[in-house]
Amino acid sequence: MADTENTQATEAPKKGILNKHAILERSPTLLFIFSFLVVTVGGIVEIAPLFWLENTIEEVEGVRPYSPLELKGRDIYVREGCYVCHSQMIRPMRDEVERYGHYSLAAESMYDHPFQWGSKRTGPDLARVGGRYSDAWHVDHLVDPQSVVPESVMPKYEFLLHTNLDYAHIEDLMSTHRMVGVPYTDEMIENGMADLQAQADPDSDYDAMLERYPGAVVSNFDDQRGVTEMDALIAYLQVLGTMVDFSTFTADASR
Amino acid sequence: MADNVTKDPATGVDTTGHEWDGIQELNNPLPRWWLWLFYACIVYALLYTIAYPAWPLVNRATGGLLGYSTRGEVAAEIERVEAQNAEVAAELAAADLTTLDPSSAAFHYGMAGGAAVFRANCSQCHGAGAAGAVGYPNLLDDDWLWGGDLAAIEYTVRHGIRNEADFDARYSEMPVFGDMLEDAEIASVVEHVLAISGAEHDAAMAEEGAVVFADNCASCHGDAGTGDREQGAPNLTDAIWLYGGDRETITETVTYSRYGVMPPWAPRLSEAEIKAVALYVHGLGGGEDAPAE
Repeated sequence: MADTENTQATEAPKKGILNKHAILERSPTLLFIFSFLVVTVGGIVEIAPLFWLENTIEEVEGVRPYSPLELKGRDIYVREGCYVCHSQMIRPMRDEVERYGHYSLAAESMYDHPFQWGSKRTGPDLARVGGRYSDAWHVDHLVDPQSVVPESVMPKYEFLLHTNLDYAHIEDLMSTHRMVGVPYTDEMIENGMADLQAQADPDSDYDAMLERYPGAVVSNFDDQRGVTEMDALIAYLQVLGTMVDFSTFTADASR
Repeated sequence: MADNVTKDPATGVDTTGHEWDGIQELNNPLPRWWLWLFYACIVYALLYTIAYPAWPLVNRATGGLLGYSTRGEVAAEIERVEAQNAEVAAELAAADLTTLDPSSAAFHYGMAGGAAVFRANCSQCHGAGAAGAVGYPNLLDDDWLWGGDLAAIEYTVRHGIRNEADFDARYSEMPVFGDMLEDAEIASVVEHVLAISGAEHDAAMAEEGAVVFADNCASCHGDAGTGDREQGAPNLTDAIWLYGGDRETITETVTYSRYGVMPPWAPRLSEAEIKAVALYVHGLGGGEDAPAE
């Protein structure tokens, strides 16, 4: 103690429960442990209920697992980092709804692993891009975005047109998605390769594929022989946001 | 150290009981205004969770006394704006564009609203300024494939061109002449097309090409090559080109044909929006008057 002459001893500190925090204030380890506990409570309160509340993901008719070709296209979307500039999440605000269409529902990305909501929009939102443009437009745009949108800063993806899609492991890919909760049936997985080829070939026998994946767009997306990465990516883009029929959907007001 | 609490003689306040290099700290109580603000915040937070959706229960969270929901809010906001515009939008939706008075509120609403519809839906192909791109027509000029009066533009917007989604879509298909003509014939007809469009050409070949043109092309593009809007056949004499007017590109067009597609907008846009965007496109500069009856 310095300067004891100028100070005088007082009665012992109060011992009430409110003063017990002095113990924490004086021990870095205890302080860390207890702050961690407090933050944990916050996290649990915010996150844990989402796993049991019924209206976290409302049941919506029409949402189905991605077809094999769409799933591969989605992989290319992730590989090329499209999510860095494009979100897939229309927020419930009037200007968003007017520009992009009905706001996104949680159920619409329930089979996305990982989800592609994104947090940055250098380009437009793509949650409902499906059916909005023709396949030919997508090819033109991906090959040279500035040819159709001169002010665009999007890079060119012409190589997708010249790269054959590697889908040898499509069945493994689907099994993996099943492990994390996508309800692919054995039948879907067995037919993965055939379904993938059928979707990219309008001359094929694609009825069984359409039965498994209702609403899938069958097309030779890039207008070339063989299945390229361009085919897969456009197949994926063309299904985005099209699974739910909003003419029959009524919003659950409690959300 | 906690036991070394002393009273500071100068202020009469307790110290915290620890010191470092001879420096001690006064243990002043928190300012009362701060403390009361803190308590008020806690009370506010509790009230907030009662008023708004918050507490998770067994099946769902409490709804809150105010009945607030994000969805309700956006629905109300959309409804509010729609109600604001309802009258003028209904007027525009019911209007015959050809006879719509340019000084009417519906006309102004259409021109302004059409610009917004155009930016959100059309600019991706036709360009933000409507100048088009290779394969996507320029909407600023007075060269129209399918007609440039209000009724024709409205029809094109509503049904689109060569799409499979709308049975009433405008439709025509240029044959793939590569399958029907010899290379020499194609080369000569290209020279003829260059000739009628006023470009540099080989006169002798163009003369031969004129015969090929009359036999194969004139039924759609017209004897003089001035086109036919009934079939969306472009005017070949005006030096305005959708895909390019150089020798190579025209040869490609003749050999492999072209098949430009436009989606139908009736399923996506409201009646008022379709008419608004038709008004806007018509007003961009190239709009034509309705043909005399």
